[in-house]
Amino acid sequence: MNLNLKKESLRKVNETLQSIDRKSNKKIFKISNPDGNHAICAGLKDEIEVTIDGHTGYYCAGMNINANIIVNGNVGTGVAENMMSGTVHVKGNASQSAGATAHGGTLIIDGDTSSRCGISMKGIDIIVKGSVGHMSAFMAQSGNLVICGDAGDALGDSIYEANIFIKGKVKSLGADCEEKKMNKKDQNILRSLLKKASINESEIKNFKMYGSARKLYNFNIDNVSEY
Amino acid sequence: MCGIVGIYLKNKKYNSQLGKFLTGMMNSMATRGPDSAGFAIYSSEKKKKYKYSVCSNTDQVKEISKKLSKQVKDIKVKSISDHLIIETAMKPKKFIEILKNHDELSLVGYGSCIEIFKQVGNPKDVVKNFSLEKFSGSHAIGHTRMATESAITTDGSHPYSTGEDECLVHNGSLSNHNNLRRSLQKKGIEIKSMNDTEVAAGYISNGLSDKKSLKETLLDGLKDLDGFYTFISGTKNGMAIVRDEIACKPAVVAETKDYVAIASEFQAMAHLPNVNSAKIFEPEPGKVYSWGK
Repeated sequence: MNLNLKKESLRKVNETLQSIDRKSNKKIFKISNPDGNHAICAGLKDEIEVTIDGHTGYYCAGMNINANIIVNGNVGTGVAENMMSGTVHVKGNASQSAGATAHGGTLIIDGDTSSRCGISMKGIDIIVKGSVGHMSAFMAQSGNLVICGDAGDALGDSIYEANIFIKGKVKSLGADCEEKKMNKKDQNILRSLLKKASINESEIKNFKMYGSARKLYNFNIDNVSEY
Repeated sequence: MCGIVGIYLKNKKYNSQLGKFLTGMMNSMATRGPDSAGFAIYSSEKKKKYKYSVCSNTDQVKEISKKLSKQVKDIKVKSISDHLIIETAMKPKKFIEILKNHDELSLVGYGSCIEIFKQVGNPKDVVKNFSLEKFSGSHAIGHTRMATESAITTDGSHPYSTGEDECLVHNGSLSNHNNLRRSLQKKGIEIKSMNDTEVAAGYISNGLSDKKSLKETLLDGLKDLDGFYTFISGTKNGMAIVRDEIACKPAVVAETKDYVAIASEFQAMAHLPNVNSAKIFEPEPGKVYSWGK
Protein backbone atom coordinates (compact mmCIF):
# COMPACT_ATOMS: atom_id res chain seq x y z
CA MET A 1 0.00 0.00 0.00
CA ASN A 2 1.35 3.39 -1.00
CA LEU A 3 0.94 6.40 1.26
CA ASN A 4 1.79 9.75 -0.28
CA LEU A 5 2.50 12.54 2.20
CA LYS A 6 1.96 15.13 -0.53
CA LYS A 7 -1.63 13.95 -0.89
CA GLU A 8 -2.50 12.74 2.60
CA SER A 9 -1.90 14.43 5.95
CA LEU A 10 0.77 13.11 8.27
CA ARG A 11 -1.87 12.44 10.91
CA LYS A 12 -3.92 10.35 8.48
CA VAL A 13 -0.87 8.35 7.35
CA ASN A 14 0.22 7.66 10.92
CA GLU A 15 -3.34 6.72 11.92
CA THR A 16 -3.51 4.23 9.04
CA LEU A 17 -0.28 2.60 10.17
CA GLN A 18 -1.23 2.67 13.85
CA SER A 19 -4.57 0.93 13.36
CA ILE A 20 -3.75 -2.10 11.25
CA ASP A 21 -6.46 -4.71 10.84
CA ARG A 22 -4.62 -7.71 12.22
CA LYS A 23 -6.74 -10.15 10.16
CA SER A 24 -5.74 -8.42 6.92
CA ASN A 25 -2.82 -9.49 4.79
CA LYS A 26 -1.75 -5.93 4.17
CA LYS A 27 1.63 -5.91 5.85
CA ILE A 28 3.81 -3.92 3.47
CA PHE A 29 3.59 -0.14 3.17
CA LYS A 30 5.47 2.56 1.39
CA ILE A 31 5.57 6.27 2.29
CA SER A 32 6.56 8.75 -0.40
CA ASN A 33 7.39 12.47 -0.13
CA PRO A 34 8.29 12.52 3.57
CA ASP A 35 9.91 15.96 2.94
CA GLY A 36 11.44 16.19 6.41
CA ASN A 37 8.15 15.89 8.29
CA HIS A 38 8.35 15.08 12.00
CA ALA A 39 7.09 11.96 13.79
CA ILE A 40 6.59 9.85 10.67
CA CYS A 41 5.78 6.25 11.71
CA ALA A 42 5.70 7.18 15.39
CA GLY A 43 3.84 4.81 17.67
CA LEU A 44 3.48 1.81 15.36
CA LYS A 45 2.71 -1.43 17.18
CA ASP A 46 2.15 -4.18 14.63
CA GLU A 47 4.40 -6.49 12.67
CA ILE A 48 4.36 -4.55 9.44
CA GLU A 49 7.05 -3.35 7.07
CA VAL A 50 7.15 0.34 6.17
CA THR A 51 9.60 1.85 3.69
CA ILE A 52 9.99 5.63 3.75
CA ASP A 53 11.37 7.00 0.49
CA GLY A 54 13.22 10.21 1.33
CA HIS A 55 14.45 12.29 4.26
CA THR A 56 12.48 12.56 7.50
CA GLY A 57 12.39 15.08 10.36
CA TYR A 58 12.40 14.52 14.11
CA TYR A 59 11.33 11.40 16.05
CA CYS A 60 10.88 9.14 13.03
CA ALA A 61 9.75 5.66 14.17
CA GLY A 62 9.57 6.84 17.78
CA MET A 63 8.09 4.44 20.36
CA ASN A 64 8.09 1.66 17.77
CA ILE A 65 6.79 -1.78 18.76
CA ASN A 66 7.20 -4.74 16.38
CA ALA A 67 7.29 -2.82 13.09
CA ASN A 68 10.17 -3.01 10.62
CA ILE A 69 10.83 0.49 9.29
CA ILE A 70 13.29 1.31 6.52
CA VAL A 71 14.27 4.88 5.65
CA ASN A 72 15.79 5.47 2.23
CA GLY A 73 17.28 8.79 3.29
CA ASN A 74 18.47 10.79 6.30
CA VAL A 75 16.62 11.14 9.58
CA GLY A 76 16.41 14.09 11.99
CA THR A 77 16.74 14.21 15.78
CA GLY A 78 15.61 11.24 17.87
CA VAL A 79 15.06 8.46 15.33
CA ALA A 80 13.55 5.38 17.06
CA GLU A 81 13.52 7.23 20.38
CA ASN A 82 11.95 5.10 23.08
CA MET A 83 11.61 2.11 20.73
CA MET A 84 10.43 -1.05 22.51
CA SER A 85 10.94 -3.70 19.80
CA GLY A 86 11.13 -4.10 16.03
CA THR A 87 13.75 -2.84 13.60
CA VAL A 88 14.56 0.57 12.18
CA HIS A 89 17.06 0.74 9.33
CA VAL A 90 18.28 4.17 8.16
CA LYS A 91 20.09 4.06 4.82
CA GLY A 92 21.49 7.60 5.19
CA ASN A 93 22.75 9.66 8.15
CA ALA A 94 21.01 10.33 11.45
CA SER A 95 20.96 13.55 13.45
CA GLN A 96 21.41 13.71 17.20
CA SER A 97 19.94 11.46 19.91
CA ALA A 98 19.41 8.43 17.64
CA GLY A 99 17.81 5.59 19.62
CA ALA A 100 17.47 7.77 22.73
CA THR A 101 16.03 6.04 25.81
CA ALA A 102 14.97 3.02 23.72
CA HIS A 103 14.17 -0.17 25.62
CA GLY A 104 14.53 -2.74 22.85
CA GLY A 105 14.60 -3.52 19.16
CA THR A 106 17.38 -2.90 16.65
CA LEU A 107 18.43 0.39 15.05
CA ILE A 108 20.79 0.17 12.09
CA ILE A 109 22.27 3.33 10.60
CA ASP A 110 24.28 2.95 7.40
CA GLY A 111 25.80 6.45 7.60
CA ASP A 112 26.94 8.61 10.51
CA THR A 113 25.04 9.96 13.48
CA SER A 114 25.70 13.29 15.14
CA SER A 115 25.89 13.82 18.90
CA ARG A 116 24.26 11.84 21.73
CA CYS A 117 23.63 8.61 19.83
CA GLY A 118 22.10 6.10 22.25
CA ILE A 119 21.69 8.63 25.06
CA SER A 120 20.10 6.91 28.07
CA MET A 121 19.55 3.72 26.05
CA LYS A 122 17.78 1.05 28.07
CA GLY A 123 18.14 -2.16 26.11
CA ILE A 124 18.17 -1.29 22.41
CA ASP A 125 20.86 -2.57 20.04
CA ILE A 126 22.25 0.22 17.84
CA ILE A 127 24.61 -0.49 14.97
CA VAL A 128 26.17 2.54 13.27
CA LYS A 129 28.19 1.75 10.16
CA GLY A 130 29.74 5.23 10.14
CA SER A 131 30.86 7.47 13.01
CA VAL A 132 29.04 8.97 15.99
CA GLY A 133 29.28 12.50 17.44
CA HIS A 134 30.07 13.70 20.94
CA MET A 135 28.40 12.44 24.16
CA SER A 136 27.24 9.19 22.57
CA ALA A 137 25.92 6.50 24.96
CA PHE A 138 25.61 9.18 27.67
CA MET A 139 24.11 7.50 30.77
CA ALA A 140 23.47 4.37 28.69
CA GLN A 141 21.86 1.82 30.99
CA SER A 142 21.51 -1.40 29.01
CA GLY A 143 21.84 -2.69 25.46
CA ASN A 144 24.64 -2.48 22.89
CA LEU A 145 26.04 0.32 20.77
CA VAL A 146 28.20 -0.86 17.86
CA ILE A 147 30.21 1.85 16.06
CA CYS A 148 32.12 0.87 12.91
CA GLY A 149 33.68 4.33 12.49
CA ASP A 150 34.97 6.80 15.08
CA ALA A 151 33.41 8.37 18.17
CA GLY A 152 33.47 12.05 19.20
CA ASP A 153 34.25 13.49 22.63
CA ALA A 154 33.08 12.00 25.93
CA LEU A 155 32.00 8.58 24.70
CA GLY A 156 29.99 6.67 27.31
CA ASP A 157 29.94 9.45 29.91
CA SER A 158 28.33 8.19 33.16
CA ILE A 159 27.54 4.86 31.51
CA TYR A 160 25.78 2.08 33.46
CA GLU A 161 25.59 -1.49 32.14
CA ALA A 162 25.44 -0.96 28.37
CA ASN A 163 28.24 -2.20 26.09
CA ILE A 164 29.98 -0.07 23.49
CA PHE A 165 31.81 -1.84 20.66
CA ILE A 166 33.92 0.40 18.45
CA LYS A 167 36.21 -0.21 15.51
CA GLY A 168 37.58 3.29 14.89
CA LYS A 169 39.13 5.96 17.08
CA VAL A 170 37.65 7.37 20.26
CA LYS A 171 38.29 11.10 20.53
CA SER A 172 37.87 10.98 24.30
CA LEU A 173 36.11 8.87 26.91
CA GLY A 174 33.52 10.33 29.26
CA ALA A 175 33.56 10.02 33.05
CA ASP A 176 33.55 6.44 34.36
CA CYS A 177 33.85 4.81 30.92
CA GLU A 178 36.77 2.42 30.37
CA GLU A 179 37.98 -0.20 27.95
CA LYS A 180 36.93 -3.74 28.84
CA LYS A 181 38.37 -7.09 27.87
CA MET A 182 36.06 -8.85 25.44
CA ASN A 183 35.20 -12.41 26.49
CA LYS A 184 33.50 -15.16 24.48
CA LYS A 185 30.04 -13.98 25.52
CA ASP A 186 30.76 -10.42 24.44
CA GLN A 187 32.17 -11.67 21.14
CA ASN A 188 28.99 -13.65 20.53
CA ILE A 189 26.87 -10.56 21.21
CA LEU A 190 28.98 -8.55 18.76
CA ARG A 191 28.90 -11.35 16.18
CA SER A 192 25.12 -11.52 16.18
CA LEU A 193 24.83 -7.73 15.92
CA LEU A 194 27.25 -7.55 12.98
CA LYS A 195 25.27 -10.30 11.32
CA LYS A 196 22.04 -8.35 11.76
CA ALA A 197 23.63 -5.41 9.95
CA SER A 198 25.17 -7.63 7.24
CA ILE A 199 28.73 -6.81 8.33
CA ASN A 200 31.41 -9.46 7.91
CA GLU A 201 31.92 -11.39 11.18
CA SER A 202 35.67 -11.48 10.69
CA GLU A 203 35.64 -7.80 11.66
CA ILE A 204 35.15 -8.78 15.32
CA LYS A 205 38.88 -8.79 15.96
CA ASN A 206 39.12 -5.10 14.98
CA PHE A 207 36.65 -3.96 17.63
CA LYS A 208 37.33 -2.79 21.16
CA MET A 209 34.78 -2.87 23.95
CA TYR A 210 34.00 -0.13 26.46
CA GLY A 211 31.77 -0.14 29.52
CA SER A 212 31.32 1.25 32.99
CA ALA A 213 34.24 1.40 35.46
CA ARG A 214 31.43 1.41 38.09
CA LYS A 215 33.22 4.07 40.12
CA LEU A 216 30.24 6.41 40.14
CA TYR A 217 27.83 3.79 41.45
CA ASN A 218 28.65 4.51 45.08
CA PHE A 219 29.86 7.59 46.85
CA ASN A 220 33.61 7.62 47.24
CA ILE A 221 34.39 8.55 50.85
CA ASP A 222 37.73 10.10 49.75
CA ASN A 223 35.70 12.91 48.18
CA VAL A 224 33.91 13.83 51.38
CA SER A 225 36.06 16.93 51.84
CA GLU A 226 34.65 18.31 48.57
CA TYR A 227 31.28 18.90 50.21
CA MET B 1 13.32 27.59 19.64
CA CYS B 2 13.61 29.93 16.55
CA GLY B 3 14.20 28.90 12.96
CA ILE B 4 17.14 30.01 10.87
CA VAL B 5 17.64 29.63 7.13
CA GLY B 6 20.19 30.66 4.55
CA ILE B 7 20.73 30.08 0.86
CA TYR B 8 23.71 30.86 -1.33
CA LEU B 9 23.30 30.43 -5.08
CA LYS B 10 26.31 29.11 -6.95
CA ASN B 11 24.47 29.08 -10.27
CA LYS B 12 23.25 32.48 -11.45
CA LYS B 13 20.35 30.95 -13.33
CA TYR B 14 18.50 30.71 -10.01
CA ASN B 15 19.09 34.35 -8.97
CA SER B 16 15.61 35.43 -10.03
CA GLN B 17 14.11 32.70 -7.83
CA LEU B 18 16.03 33.57 -4.64
CA GLY B 19 13.01 35.18 -2.99
CA LYS B 20 10.79 32.27 -3.93
CA PHE B 21 13.22 29.76 -2.42
CA LEU B 22 13.57 31.78 0.78
CA THR B 23 9.78 32.20 1.07
CA GLY B 24 9.35 28.42 1.17
CA MET B 25 12.14 28.09 3.71
CA MET B 26 10.71 30.78 6.00
CA ASN B 27 7.14 29.45 5.70
CA SER B 28 8.11 25.97 6.84
CA MET B 29 10.11 27.39 9.75
CA ALA B 30 7.10 29.43 10.96
CA THR B 31 6.34 26.64 13.44
CA ARG B 32 9.74 27.16 15.10
CA GLY B 33 9.24 30.90 15.51
CA PRO B 34 5.74 32.40 15.24
CA ASP B 35 6.49 35.75 16.96
CA SER B 36 8.37 37.71 14.33
CA ALA B 37 10.41 37.20 11.20
CA GLY B 38 13.02 38.91 9.12
CA PHE B 39 15.31 38.37 6.19
CA ALA B 40 18.32 39.85 4.42
CA ILE B 41 18.71 39.74 0.65
CA TYR B 42 22.02 40.27 -1.09
CA SER B 43 21.76 41.42 -4.69
CA SER B 44 24.35 42.75 -7.12
CA GLU B 45 26.57 45.51 -5.82
CA LYS B 46 25.83 49.07 -6.83
CA LYS B 47 29.15 50.86 -7.14
CA LYS B 48 29.35 54.11 -5.19
CA LYS B 49 25.72 53.73 -4.08
CA TYR B 50 24.39 52.73 -0.70
CA LYS B 51 21.08 51.16 0.15
CA TYR B 52 19.68 51.98 3.57
CA SER B 53 16.96 49.66 4.88
CA VAL B 54 14.78 51.69 7.19
CA CYS B 55 11.74 50.80 9.26
CA SER B 56 9.16 53.57 9.37
CA ASN B 57 6.36 54.06 11.88
CA THR B 58 4.34 56.29 9.54
CA ASP B 59 2.83 55.61 6.14
CA GLN B 60 3.48 59.10 4.85
CA VAL B 61 6.24 57.95 2.53
CA LYS B 62 5.92 60.90 0.17
CA GLU B 63 6.45 63.43 2.92
CA ILE B 64 9.42 61.54 4.29
CA SER B 65 10.96 61.35 0.83
CA LYS B 66 10.42 65.06 0.35
CA LYS B 67 12.00 65.89 3.70
CA LEU B 68 14.98 63.65 3.06
CA SER B 69 15.57 64.89 -0.48
CA LYS B 70 15.98 68.39 0.92
CA GLN B 71 18.91 67.12 2.98
CA VAL B 72 20.32 64.53 0.58
CA LYS B 73 20.97 64.83 -3.16
CA ASP B 74 20.13 62.01 -5.62
CA ILE B 75 17.85 60.09 -3.35
CA LYS B 76 15.61 57.23 -4.42
CA VAL B 77 13.03 55.87 -2.01
CA LYS B 78 11.28 52.54 -2.46
CA SER B 79 8.52 51.64 -0.03
CA ILE B 80 7.67 48.03 0.88
CA SER B 81 5.18 47.48 3.71
CA ASP B 82 6.53 49.43 6.71
CA HIS B 83 10.07 49.53 5.31
CA LEU B 84 11.81 52.00 3.05
CA ILE B 85 14.83 51.23 0.93
CA ILE B 86 16.65 54.51 0.48
CA GLU B 87 19.27 54.61 -2.24
CA THR B 88 21.85 57.38 -2.32
CA ALA B 89 25.54 57.99 -2.87
CA MET B 90 25.84 59.61 0.54
CA LYS B 91 28.30 57.78 2.79
CA PRO B 92 26.94 55.94 5.86
CA LYS B 93 28.51 58.13 8.52
CA LYS B 94 26.80 61.25 7.20
CA PHE B 95 23.50 59.63 6.25
CA ILE B 96 23.06 57.84 9.58
CA GLU B 97 23.46 61.20 11.36
CA ILE B 98 20.67 62.63 9.21
CA LEU B 99 18.44 59.63 9.95
CA LYS B 100 18.88 60.24 13.66
CA ASN B 101 16.91 63.47 13.28
CA HIS B 102 13.93 61.53 11.95
CA ASP B 103 12.18 59.97 14.93
CA GLU B 104 9.74 58.16 12.65
CA LEU B 105 12.57 56.19 10.98
CA SER B 106 14.90 53.56 12.39
CA LEU B 107 17.81 52.06 10.49
CA VAL B 108 17.67 48.29 10.05
CA GLY B 109 20.80 47.86 7.92
CA TYR B 110 22.79 49.32 5.06
CA GLY B 111 25.37 48.49 2.45
CA SER B 112 26.05 48.35 -1.25
CA CYS B 113 24.07 45.14 -1.81
CA ILE B 114 22.13 44.20 1.33
CA GLU B 115 18.44 44.87 1.96
CA ILE B 116 16.93 43.88 5.31
CA PHE B 117 13.29 43.55 6.30
CA LYS B 118 11.85 42.52 9.64
CA GLN B 119 8.48 42.69 11.29
CA VAL B 120 6.45 41.39 14.20
CA GLY B 121 3.90 38.69 13.34
CA ASN B 122 3.69 35.21 11.91
CA PRO B 123 6.49 34.61 9.38
CA LYS B 124 3.94 33.53 6.76
CA ASP B 125 2.31 36.97 6.97
CA VAL B 126 5.61 38.82 7.20
CA VAL B 127 7.01 37.32 3.98
CA LYS B 128 3.72 38.14 2.25
CA ASN B 129 3.75 41.74 3.52
CA PHE B 130 7.21 42.27 2.07
CA SER B 131 6.46 40.25 -1.14
CA LEU B 132 9.62 38.22 -0.52
CA GLU B 133 8.75 35.95 -3.45
CA LYS B 134 9.57 38.72 -5.93
CA PHE B 135 13.12 39.34 -4.73
CA SER B 136 16.15 38.23 -6.67
CA GLY B 137 19.79 38.12 -5.65
CA SER B 138 22.81 35.94 -4.96
CA HIS B 139 22.24 34.92 -1.35
CA ALA B 140 19.78 35.43 1.47
CA ILE B 141 19.39 34.74 5.17
CA GLY B 142 16.20 34.50 7.19
CA HIS B 143 14.93 34.06 10.73
CA THR B 144 11.69 33.10 12.42
CA ARG B 145 11.65 34.08 16.08
CA MET B 146 10.27 32.51 19.22
CA ALA B 147 11.08 35.30 21.66
CA THR B 148 12.94 34.41 24.83
CA GLU B 149 15.06 37.06 26.48
CA SER B 150 13.85 40.30 24.90
CA ALA B 151 10.54 41.80 23.82
CA ILE B 152 8.57 40.94 20.67
CA THR B 153 9.32 44.12 18.74
CA THR B 154 10.91 44.92 15.38
CA ASP B 155 14.02 45.91 17.34
CA GLY B 156 14.06 42.45 18.90
CA SER B 157 13.75 40.71 15.52
CA HIS B 158 16.53 39.20 13.43
CA PRO B 159 18.58 39.59 11.23
CA TYR B 160 20.81 42.04 13.07
CA SER B 161 23.12 44.24 11.09
CA THR B 162 25.82 46.23 12.87
CA GLY B 163 28.12 46.88 9.91
CA GLU B 164 28.07 47.56 6.19
CA ASP B 165 26.58 44.62 4.25
CA GLU B 166 26.72 42.42 7.35
CA CYS B 167 23.96 40.47 9.01
CA LEU B 168 23.47 37.75 11.59
CA VAL B 169 20.69 35.35 12.56
CA HIS B 170 20.81 33.23 15.69
CA ASN B 171 19.08 30.23 17.19
CA GLY B 172 19.93 29.97 20.87
CA SER B 173 20.82 32.46 23.57
CA LEU B 174 23.95 34.07 24.97
CA SER B 175 24.70 34.45 28.66
CA ASN B 176 27.57 36.97 28.63
CA HIS B 177 26.06 39.55 26.31
CA ASN B 178 25.79 42.35 28.88
CA ASN B 179 29.55 42.51 29.55
CA LEU B 180 30.34 42.06 25.90
CA ARG B 181 27.89 44.83 24.93
CA ARG B 182 29.66 47.28 27.21
CA SER B 183 33.12 46.42 25.91
CA LEU B 184 32.00 46.60 22.27
CA GLN B 185 30.24 49.92 22.84
CA LYS B 186 33.49 51.29 24.28
CA LYS B 187 35.16 50.35 21.02
CA GLY B 188 32.57 52.40 19.15
CA ILE B 189 30.32 49.60 17.88
CA GLU B 190 26.73 50.79 17.92
CA ILE B 191 24.36 48.32 19.60
CA LYS B 192 20.83 49.64 19.90
CA SER B 193 18.77 46.93 21.61
CA MET B 194 19.09 44.79 24.73
CA ASN B 195 19.05 41.69 22.55
CA ASP B 196 21.86 39.12 22.86
CA THR B 197 22.12 38.47 19.12
CA GLU B 198 22.78 42.11 18.33
CA VAL B 199 25.82 41.85 20.62
CA ALA B 200 27.07 38.84 18.65
CA ALA B 201 26.53 40.83 15.43
CA GLY B 202 28.53 43.67 16.96
CA TYR B 203 31.25 41.21 17.94
CA ILE B 204 31.49 40.06 14.31
CA SER B 205 31.53 43.66 13.00
CA ASN B 206 34.36 44.42 15.41
CA GLY B 207 36.35 41.40 14.20
CA LEU B 208 35.81 42.29 10.55
CA SER B 209 36.80 45.91 11.13
CA ASP B 210 40.03 44.58 12.69
CA LYS B 211 40.69 43.08 9.23
CA LYS B 212 40.02 39.54 10.38
CA SER B 213 38.15 37.22 8.03
CA LEU B 214 34.60 36.13 8.84
CA LYS B 215 35.89 32.62 9.51
CA GLU B 216 38.58 33.86 11.94
CA THR B 217 36.06 36.08 13.71
CA LEU B 218 33.58 33.24 14.17
CA LEU B 219 36.34 30.95 15.46
CA ASP B 220 37.34 33.64 18.00
CA GLY B 221 33.66 33.86 18.93
CA LEU B 222 33.73 30.24 20.09
CA LYS B 223 36.00 31.42 22.93
CA ASP B 224 34.36 34.76 23.65
CA LEU B 225 30.64 34.12 23.20
CA ASP B 226 29.22 32.13 26.11
CA GLY B 227 25.91 30.39 25.57
CA PHE B 228 24.36 28.13 23.02
CA TYR B 229 23.97 29.03 19.42
CA THR B 230 23.80 28.22 15.78
CA PHE B 231 24.72 31.37 13.85
CA ILE B 232 24.33 32.11 10.16
CA SER B 233 26.29 35.19 9.23
CA GLY B 234 26.12 37.00 5.90
CA THR B 235 28.50 39.38 4.17
CA LYS B 236 28.41 40.73 0.66
CA ASN B 237 30.68 37.88 -0.44
CA GLY B 238 28.74 34.98 1.01
CA MET B 239 27.62 33.30 4.20
CA ALA B 240 28.96 31.17 7.04
CA ILE B 241 27.56 28.92 9.75
CA VAL B 242 28.94 27.99 13.16
CA ARG B 243 27.52 25.95 16.05
CA ASP B 244 28.78 26.09 19.63
CA GLU B 245 30.73 23.12 21.00
CA ILE B 246 27.71 21.53 22.71
CA ALA B 247 25.65 21.86 19.52
CA CYS B 248 22.17 21.52 21.01
CA LYS B 249 20.75 23.97 18.47
CA PRO B 250 20.08 22.18 15.19
CA ALA B 251 21.33 22.86 11.69
CA VAL B 252 21.41 20.95 8.45
CA VAL B 253 23.18 21.83 5.21
CA ALA B 254 22.25 20.72 1.69
CA GLU B 255 24.75 21.38 -1.05
CA THR B 256 24.30 20.81 -4.78
CA LYS B 257 26.29 22.13 -7.72
CA ASP B 258 23.80 25.00 -7.95
CA TYR B 259 23.33 26.15 -4.35
CA VAL B 260 24.06 25.72 -0.66
CA ALA B 261 21.10 25.80 1.71
CA ILE B 262 21.19 25.89 5.50
CA ALA B 263 18.21 25.45 7.80
CA SER B 264 17.26 24.45 11.32
CA GLU B 265 15.38 21.48 9.93
CA PHE B 266 15.43 19.59 6.64
CA GLN B 267 11.75 20.29 5.98
CA ALA B 268 12.69 23.92 5.25
CA MET B 269 14.54 22.85 2.12
CA ALA B 270 12.38 19.99 0.92
CA HIS B 271 11.00 22.28 -1.85
CA LEU B 272 14.40 23.25 -3.30
CA PRO B 273 15.34 21.90 -6.74
CA ASN B 274 17.04 18.47 -6.73
CA VAL B 275 17.42 18.54 -2.95
CA ASN B 276 17.00 14.79 -2.66
CA SER B 277 20.23 14.26 -4.57
CA ALA B 278 22.07 17.02 -2.62
CA LYS B 279 24.96 16.35 -0.28
CA ILE B 280 23.20 16.67 3.07
CA PHE B 281 25.12 16.95 6.33
CA GLU B 282 24.93 18.33 9.81
CA PRO B 283 27.60 20.95 10.62
CA GLU B 284 29.96 19.68 13.31
CA PRO B 285 30.16 21.54 16.61
CA GLY B 286 32.81 24.23 16.96
CA LYS B 287 33.59 24.28 13.24
CA VAL B 288 33.06 27.16 10.82
CA TYR B 289 31.68 26.42 7.36
CA SER B 290 31.62 29.19 4.79
CA TRP B 291 30.64 29.66 1.17
CA GLY B 292 31.21 32.63 -1.03
CA LYS B 293 32.66 34.37 -4.03
